[in-house]
Amino acid sequence: MSAELFVTQSQVTPILVQNLTRRFGAFTAVDDVSFSVQAGEVFGWLGPNGAGKTTTIRMLLGLIKPSSGSAFVSGFNSATQTKLVHAHVGYMSQQFTLYNDLTAMQNIRFYGGVHGLSSDELRQRISEIIQMAGLVGRENTLTGSLSGGWKQRLALGCAIVHHPKVVFLDEPTAGVDPISRRQFWELIYQMAKDGVTVLVTTHYMDEAELCQRVGFISAGRLVALDSVSQLKLTQMRGQVLEINVSDPEKAVRILKAAQQSHQVPLDEVALYGAQIHAVVPDAQEYNDAIQRLLTQDNIRVNSIEWIAPTLEDVFISSVKARVDAN
Amino acid sequence: MQFDFQRLGALMRKETIQILRDRRFIMLFLGLTFVQLFVYSYAASRTVYHLPMAVVDQSQDPTSRSFVQALVNSQYFDATMYLDDQSQAKQAIDKSQVKAALIIPPHFAASVDQHSANFLMLLDGSDQFAVRSGYSAAGLVAQNFGLQMSAESVALTGAMPSLSDSLPINTSTQILYNPDLNDKWFVIPGIIGMILQTLAIEQAAIFLVRDREWGTMEQILATPVRQLELILSKMIPLSILCLLAFGISVGLGIFWFGVPFHGNLFLYFWLALLFLASCLGLGLVISTRATTQFEAETSSMIFMLFGLLLTGLFYPRTGMPLIPQLIGDIAPLTYFIRISRGIYMKGVGLSFVWGDALILVIYTLIVVGISSKTFKMRLD
Amino acid sequence: MNQFAISATNLVKEFKANKHVVTAINGLSLQVAPGETYGLIGPDGAGKTTTTRVILGLLSRTSGESSVLGFDSMNDMYEIRKRVGYIAQQFSLPPPLTVMENMLFFAGIHSVSSEQQKKRIPELLAFAGLSEFMNRLAGKLSGGMKKKLALACSLIHEPQVVMLDEPTLGVDPVSRREFWNLLGNLRAERGLTIFVCTHYMDEAERCTRVGLMYEGKLIVDDSPANIKRIIPGHVLEFMPSDFAAARKLCNEMDGVLEVQTYGDKLHVFVGDVAKRKPQIEAALASQGITHDNLREIEVRMEEAFISLIRRQKESVEQDGMLTQKSEMSGEI
Ligand SMILES: Nc1ncnc2c1ncn2[C@@H]1O[C@H](COP(=O)(O)OP(=O)(O)OP(=O)(O)O)[C@@H](O)[C@H]1O
Ligand SMILES: Nc1ncnc2c1ncn2[C@@H]1O[C@H](COP(=O)(O)OP(=O)(O)OP(=O)(O)O)[C@@H](O)[C@H]1O
Ligand SMILES: [Mg+2]
Ligand SMILES: [Mg+2]
Repeated sequence: MSAELFVTQSQVTPILVQNLTRRFGAFTAVDDVSFSVQAGEVFGWLGPNGAGKTTTIRMLLGLIKPSSGSAFVSGFNSATQTKLVHAHVGYMSQQFTLYNDLTAMQNIRFYGGVHGLSSDELRQRISEIIQMAGLVGRENTLTGSLSGGWKQRLALGCAIVHHPKVVFLDEPTAGVDPISRRQFWELIYQMAKDGVTVLVTTHYMDEAELCQRVGFISAGRLVALDSVSQLKLTQMRGQVLEINVSDPEKAVRILKAAQQSHQVPLDEVALYGAQIHAVVPDAQEYNDAIQRLLTQDNIRVNSIEWIAPTLEDVFISSVKARVDAN
Repeated sequence: MQFDFQRLGALMRKETIQILRDRRFIMLFLGLTFVQLFVYSYAASRTVYHLPMAVVDQSQDPTSRSFVQALVNSQYFDATMYLDDQSQAKQAIDKSQVKAALIIPPHFAASVDQHSANFLMLLDGSDQFAVRSGYSAAGLVAQNFGLQMSAESVALTGAMPSLSDSLPINTSTQILYNPDLNDKWFVIPGIIGMILQTLAIEQAAIFLVRDREWGTMEQILATPVRQLELILSKMIPLSILCLLAFGISVGLGIFWFGVPFHGNLFLYFWLALLFLASCLGLGLVISTRATTQFEAETSSMIFMLFGLLLTGLFYPRTGMPLIPQLIGDIAPLTYFIRISRGIYMKGVGLSFVWGDALILVIYTLIVVGISSKTFKMRLD
Repeated sequence: MNQFAISATNLVKEFKANKHVVTAINGLSLQVAPGETYGLIGPDGAGKTTTTRVILGLLSRTSGESSVLGFDSMNDMYEIRKRVGYIAQQFSLPPPLTVMENMLFFAGIHSVSSEQQKKRIPELLAFAGLSEFMNRLAGKLSGGMKKKLALACSLIHEPQVVMLDEPTLGVDPVSRREFWNLLGNLRAERGLTIFVCTHYMDEAERCTRVGLMYEGKLIVDDSPANIKRIIPGHVLEFMPSDFAAARKLCNEMDGVLEVQTYGDKLHVFVGDVAKRKPQIEAALASQGITHDNLREIEVRMEEAFISLIRRQKESVEQDGMLTQKSEMSGEI
């Protein structure tokens, strides 16, 4: 079967997961998950902490064996053809795995060497990656003494040093500043344009909005799999009001109290920076009620507006829905 | 400095859990103890079989032939060439064609009957192993024959003359305490020290470096934990393990290898503890320098090599040139080997080993001093 | 006694590496009053972690002063460590210990009495969402769960001050909120002083004061509201059908001060909304770019941060310093 797959490489699904399950003792970390990712797609793999995202990726890479089900990368079975899988993928793990006692450049060279780049290719890639990661002038700094954000950038560079066709990025932007985060995503998009398939996890929901498709995993089970815009339609309970007020913290306390006493049927009240997002069954219907509630307590409402839910609203809504269901 | 037993308790509990959960470490620890003891002592008995031997049989009678046969049957020797006289035999050894040469004088059968038989065994003095095992093997076979042996070692042209001091002529003192010239006896007290040194230096270094490598150090440093608490919490569980290994090796030495213990066990224990302290201190010093477990391991390996080569464990220090001797002086094992052999084999008391013990005390003070200066409760 | 919970004056920290001196902190001064929530933000490598470490006495300082609760960072470091809860950015709890054993360990080294332990540990575990995983080894937790355990451990001794270096790195959005709610409660109940380094601008927004660090210096130190006011103009947000084309178009338009991306949306800074909004809409329409929901939004810290850093970079370049980064100068 594998030989056949090899021949039809160009049409093969880059990432294919079938009924994948992984148990650790009695605990099921990944529970019967199936999905596939098409070539050139940027696929967001989202879920709360401990949902099983990293475990899924580890199985896709053949780093751990599935308890049942199977995973294929570029047509190769991750569990049995691990070497072939590794030759085709780039992986940036959640935990920092570069060598702290090598310099930035030595790390890139090392990973390039592992993937069998020739010394000419290597020389070119080193300068490209140093450039890309914004580490110019820090090539010879010991990796251990780079700052957290720089380490992430270097790790990303090492993961893609060999121009892999499929890339797994496990929280690549964790600890990276807002400007570099945007650059990371531009790079991810550039790679996707060049036909690279990207599976990425992140806890930044503004980033997740950029994924073409999103898989949402919770407690090991795949609970949603769709484009971001569809998810916003199907997964969101209620509508979102964005409220700007003079004293947001106090306003949240008031709204929470109202939620407790069922004065207003609020699904969720949360602070987004200095703004409040309130989830209500119907935005137009409860707009005034909320405004009244706040002004009663001497809070100046600068604006209150029905907005399209952000992915973060959707995330929170569906996590809460699971928690309520249990 | 405010020392706090609750903190020390919490830290020690953590270390103990870490040790107990690390099954690989425990296996390694016990494995290392057993393996070192067995491998070194069996290897160290270094009995060499099938030494190529030249035979100069000037007697050529049935008794002499059966004696040669007995030597060959013993498996220790192979009669590879037959020569005419002693000088040819010497040449053969010099050219490394053979390791031993047997010279049987004329009228051998008759002398055997008169219980005054004599033979000469020439041994390649440049090969200490050959000398020792050839000497004892020939001796045993000869005893069965009721023979009187005179042995002589032939130094290979250009061979290190220094080695000649381990020739049979010079082994009289060893023979005194080790009548069968059994190398195990000689080596086991040294190996006990070797085991202690390897475990203590390496693990002390690794224990501290591991925390740094895991990244737990920063988190622990940000708490009120004091330097002494931190160090003790690692050294106490490790010392207990090392003493366990010490107990096991002394026990095996006495009961398995049958090397009788002549001295005062109590004194031996205290001096071993002192030796342990110096090794742990040395490990600490290494740990303050090393940043990765690998580095720590490599540095402690160097001490293991010193232990094997330069401390007098296998190769006598008296014959060594000055530089290797001085390097050997850095390893605390050098001193403990003398103490260990003295107490274990000769049964001497403190009055004989106090010099080495004092050096160990000074040694310990120095390494502990250095490590407490260099072991910072900061990250830089 | 010092009236500040945390204070640093002309703090300098140099690292010697590679025959170079790297100046990670370059004359930084800041004061945090008791009960304040102070957020330290800045680009990668600005020196946030180093600042936190020096203030805690985890690193020595090259010059200047720093203290916590009136205790000097260098001389009274143990007094500080007793009273402060800390989470390192790249931390790890002892992996072979279970969740519970880790809690007990940190309780033990902070000399928390056993009655207090019995009360607090279950509370903190519940907060961290780890109650069902009490017996799991810390090394086998997921990345975010590890971080939450570290948060719980850093609060076990009811510190007066917490210094948190990217505490919510890798923590999911729901837990991140719960964490901030908890900090908010502690602040309200006990007047906890919070010092936090973060890359999450919505978190920075929750601080009473924010310091923006750039190449070892504090270039802004103000309340979030005031910082946002530094940003000129208003922000228009919309989701274009053709992202790249729309960005290019807006960048070239008159009256557009700055264009930023946010997820799949564009943020366009303009001086006069009433005048520019129709112009942008018209321009987009003329290029056949449709859009969604074009509206004015409040400037947030995210936009402010990017704008400030961009301007800083530009001014550094204009100063003719060009490529010479301050930390790369000064050979030994
Ligand atoms: N080797 C292991 N042994 C036991 N349990 C494990 C092991 N590896 C992972 N787990 C458990 O499996 C669950 C899923 O972990 P995983 O790392 O996949 O989560 P995640 O979705 O990546 O979370 P995060 O967002 O925090 O990174 C967690 O409860 C974790 O404790
Ligand atoms: N131990 C060290 N040795 C040498 N240089 C160091 C060391 N630690 C930090 N640095 C340097 O100090 C500067 C500031 O680093 P720091 O970690 O404080 O940045 P940061 O603001 O925390 O960045 P990030 O947001 O990426 O975590 C960087 O140039 C870094 O390389
Ligand atoms: Mg993960
Ligand atoms: Mg940092």
